[in-house]
Amino acid sequence: MLYFAWVRQKVGRSEERLDLPAGIATVRALAEFLERRGGGYAQAFADLKRLRAAVNQEHVPFDSALAADDEVAFFPPVTGG
Amino acid sequence: MIRVGPDDFDAAAELAALHARAGDAGAVATFTGHVRGEDGLAALILEHYPAMTEREIARHAAEAERRWPLLGVTVIHRVGRLVPGARIVFVAVAAHHRRAAFEACEFLMDYLKVHAPFWKQEERVGGTSWVEAKTSDDDAAERWRR
Repeated sequence: MLYFAWVRQKVGRSEERLDLPAGIATVRALAEFLERRGGGYAQAFADLKRLRAAVNQEHVPFDSALAADDEVAFFPPVTGG
Repeated sequence: MIRVGPDDFDAAAELAALHARAGDAGAVATFTGHVRGEDGLAALILEHYPAMTEREIARHAAEAERRWPLLGVTVIHRVGRLVPGARIVFVAVAAHHRRAAFEACEFLMDYLKVHAPFWKQEERVGGTSWVEAKTSDDDAAERWRR
């Protein structure tokens, strides 16, 4: 997983590896799993409406399916340009 | 040509390079974005998702080329700490005629704003804060949907 902007600040790291826990099949389920870790994760993932996700460097909706070697990124809505 | 990185760019040199590459372009439209120094802003700090950024911009450039008959596209986006007045972003589009160049340039900027994975932090005397995404930017991108 990769974290950017205030998501990175709240969870306190920019990336980590995770073996996909049993029963976690979508981006939303992964986000909810991370929220249950508590602390900064709970803060970062409290409101999924404030977050966006990408899988393997493409924007995806939270209901997208996950596979074992996926690169999942969580971040706020982008503000470039 | 797509480039993302901390380095500044020379808009005139980029234009000349685009025009040379594009061949018989009768029209070149450009947009340059600069850091505004409003409300005591000391700097913008731009972060991005390196593996995704150029890919996402390339996808939009390809989409622009599908929609308009273009002869060349240049997109440059800077990251890192940028002070007021600094150039942030440059989009240049070459085409045979002006309408395609103008429209594709605006399309690319609108899409870049809402899809390219960049995040801005504002640095002021009191500290830093993340810039919130604007719904007006979503609306601007949405009007190209078809």
